[in-house]
Amino acid sequence: MSLFANRIYSKTITSLPTLILFLVVILGLNQNIIYKDFNFIINFSYIIIFFWSLKKPEHLGYGLIFFAGIINDVVQSLPIGISSLGYLLLSVIGAFIRNRSIIYNLIYDWISFFIAILIVGSVNYIILTTIFKIPIVYESLILGLFVTFLIYPIFFKIFIWIDNIVLIKQNDKKNR
Amino acid sequence: MSREMGRDDLVISARSIFLNKSNRQKFSLLTLIVVSIIVLSLEYFKTGPINHFRSVAKDAVFKTSYVISLPFLSLKNAYYGVSDLLKVYEENKQLKIIDLNIDELKLENQFLKEENLRLNALIEEKNLFSNNYHLTKILLDQESPYLRSIVINKGFKHDIKIGSGVRSGSYFIGKVVGVNYLTSRVLLINDLNSKIPVIIEPNGTSAIVSGNGSKFNGDIEYLPEKDQVEEGYIVYTSGADGIISSGIPIGKINIINNKKYVKFFADFDQLKFVKVYFKK
Repeated sequence: MSLFANRIYSKTITSLPTLILFLVVILGLNQNIIYKDFNFIINFSYIIIFFWSLKKPEHLGYGLIFFAGIINDVVQSLPIGISSLGYLLLSVIGAFIRNRSIIYNLIYDWISFFIAILIVGSVNYIILTTIFKIPIVYESLILGLFVTFLIYPIFFKIFIWIDNIVLIKQNDKKNR
Repeated sequence: MSREMGRDDLVISARSIFLNKSNRQKFSLLTLIVVSIIVLSLEYFKTGPINHFRSVAKDAVFKTSYVISLPFLSLKNAYYGVSDLLKVYEENKQLKIIDLNIDELKLENQFLKEENLRLNALIEEKNLFSNNYHLTKILLDQESPYLRSIVINKGFKHDIKIGSGVRSGSYFIGKVVGVNYLTSRVLLINDLNSKIPVIIEPNGTSAIVSGNGSKFNGDIEYLPEKDQVEEGYIVYTSGADGIISSGIPIGKINIINNKKYVKFFADFDQLKFVKVYFKK
């Protein structure tokens, strides 16, 4: 591989978390599921932001998280700034857990994630219903958060794999 | 003593989280949270330069989003194209067997149209069917439990107004709820917040169709107590709100477990181009 192509590849790999987050918000990939009478949304962006804020905040800048939130609001037609606030709150919780804990494992992360999304969901719900008077079906919100919580381990494994690739690429760069 | 140490630890971690910037972070979390709250509070301003700036920013995001989603859209369209082709093939096989007598139907249609024109002239009724429709492309097709809407590539530059009716082919699908300079957001009829005044033919019963989130059926509200509405009756827009034109077909009555629904004519999964009403 030429030096230029190698550099592009390396840059893409290290920016992968940011690229995934922006693809999710720009394309509106936070999946809406309708099953019988249940209607809920799986929020992939919550998983991405929490994981990378907790594990490797250097791969996902806070400024970019803020910007992703603004785009998400425009695409989803929500009051501009609400998603940014939610995403940054999630980053705060992720950073807090990173600072206070010594042991990292999936179960610990998973439970922390559940608490984090409940806090962010509550803040979003309170702001949207009380200030902006947007009718939100409470059951849909809770169901969506619960399903997002359930699928966290799958993404945990995928992101750990991505992180390893990034690490290998960074080591290659240092050794060169 | 240990409690004091714990409190100190908490203060140190809070300070490090909110104020410190690590090597690749350009902004601290506290700054960005404050900026988010300021941006959120700007939603209060619905007119003036802030609104213009918001409208231009939304246009930019919608157009960028459309360009980025093009490869994914083409994949989705290819999938629907193939399934449509298979359906058409099957339908064609069945239609070859049935004698539709199209020529007779055409003549009958022509006769009814002319009769309608004649009777309208007699009672000095204005023409219900307007041709002031822009054919527009859908930039974004957004589905969430909170909002079922699409973004189209026509805005107030093209004389689109809030409340204008939107059709897919001949069928009503929703109304414009937000207008930017080059783009607009259309609230689909199946959204929870959508309420459309309708008339049910042939007996002319007035009612309101409200969305329930389903892509296939909508709820009917405010039917008269002794309603004579039966399965298969056609639901049209009534134009009672004074904004949406009357006589646009929406769907037909479907009775499920003794409850009346409107089965939409439009297929919300396959919207690519829509017609939006404009008034100069």
